[in-house]
Amino acid sequence: MSQFLKDKAAIAGIGLTEFSKKSGVSELSLAAQATLAACEDAGLPPSEIDGFVSYTLDSTDEIELARTVGAGDLKLFTKVNYGGGAAVGTILHAVMAVATGVADNVICYRAMNGRSGQRMGQGISGQIVSSDLVHWSWYMPYGMLTPGSWIAMIANKYMHHYGVTAEDLGRVAISQRNYAQSNPRSFFHGKPLTMEDYLASKMIADPLRLYDFCQETDGGCAILVTSAERARDLQQKPAIIRGVVQASTRGQEQMTSYYREELDSLPEMEMAARLVYAQSGLGPDDINAACLYDAFTSEVIMQLESFGFCGRGEGKDMVRDGALDIDGRLPNNTHGGLLSEAYIHGMNSIAEGARLVRGTSTSQPKGVEHVLVSSGVGVPTGALILGRD
Amino acid sequence: MAQSFRMKPPMGEDNGWWWQQAAEGHLAIQRCKACSTLRHPPRPMCGDCQSLEWDHIVSSGRGTLDSFTVLHHPQFPGFDYPLIIILVKLEEGTRFTSQLINCSVEAVEFGMPVEMVMHEDPDGFRLPMFQPAQGAHA
Repeated sequence: MSQFLKDKAAIAGIGLTEFSKKSGVSELSLAAQATLAACEDAGLPPSEIDGFVSYTLDSTDEIELARTVGAGDLKLFTKVNYGGGAAVGTILHAVMAVATGVADNVICYRAMNGRSGQRMGQGISGQIVSSDLVHWSWYMPYGMLTPGSWIAMIANKYMHHYGVTAEDLGRVAISQRNYAQSNPRSFFHGKPLTMEDYLASKMIADPLRLYDFCQETDGGCAILVTSAERARDLQQKPAIIRGVVQASTRGQEQMTSYYREELDSLPEMEMAARLVYAQSGLGPDDINAACLYDAFTSEVIMQLESFGFCGRGEGKDMVRDGALDIDGRLPNNTHGGLLSEAYIHGMNSIAEGARLVRGTSTSQPKGVEHVLVSSGVGVPTGALILGRD
Repeated sequence: MAQSFRMKPPMGEDNGWWWQQAAEGHLAIQRCKACSTLRHPPRPMCGDCQSLEWDHIVSSGRGTLDSFTVLHHPQFPGFDYPLIIILVKLEEGTRFTSQLINCSVEAVEFGMPVEMVMHEDPDGFRLPMFQPAQGAHA
């Protein structure tokens, strides 16, 4: 794995809109507000932005956003596939452009009326027209139509094999809900969760209950990537990009990788771990905090193993030891995550990664040097390591 | 009242033949003509030897339950809930995603032997489903 990209670029600005269940504005407006906020955070005028990267699922095209915010001439415009699997992939594309001189200042964005508009949780419908329709044909007629149904098949196998309990999933939900109590942006701010509440929440796709699921949110988030050198001259402490990778493995499907040998691990996330550690020259012992993608609680426990924070089947033990809490081994999703802050498809977790490096999280653990952020689980994915300058 | 049907699978060049086999009562498994590797879901090329030539075998319909989930919400028209979705390891070696019928939610277990029953959908297609293997849960 080449270390060419290591330390070449940095996150210089982060921008968020308000998070709500009904924004009342267009997704373009959310994208523009988030982009402007990221530029203001960095102290860089939008006219200096020369690249945009988003998700294929994002409805706002790069040039629409460029015109709206008054960006300059664009040298990079691209979108990354596979839902939340795109998250840190957008950063990779920006870093490749910045490190090679293709572009100077790139905005990665995701803006969605995820509750009042197209809801991800509704899954696929008979009207979808896309090249992977045949893939979904193996699930649609059986009623497997939602992300929860696709993930539950793997979660159940994993939990059965390693003795992971409902309470273990609940511990993840509660840990992140606790972080939400100090984050006013969080949907669940002021609404703590007890184990009793968790266990009483309705079963959706056994073994996944309501509070194992992420939010549905209206909101936007933008991340400004520039060279490490330029970032040092801007107004925020740079979050240096130590490593960033995409990963998809043999036999990969989108959400339904049911035909590979193993059903109780995340091969694509293990690959992302190998690559991002090799690129950054760092290992699990160097990571002080994380934003592990959390569309579902079970994914967090599995990723502790994928990224080598513990051995196979030991994720539950870390969770029982309180590893994910503020004073634990690996404070995780300190903004509340997709479960408790908002679901901006992982882009808001990259913003939290930058805050943790800056030392400005609403739940800031002590002594954070390196933060790991991951993309969506069960899909082609990726990993990002941010570090203090 | 208009009747609601389960979602009909879209059928294209790479999967239409498989549904035709189902219509004839068969659970088909695609096989590479060059290296004989079985593959499911079907694809136009063998990922092992890159041959474009393939035929299929007909599965015995017997297998064991590798994983499952019981769906409660959201509830879509055309399906009965709770809905038991299973991942079957067929005795030929490939896996198949399906629905378990003639079985209570409480009786579903990892590793349980199951057998195929062809479901006739009122919307005009046939769909392989599974039930506990006869005699397995006497």
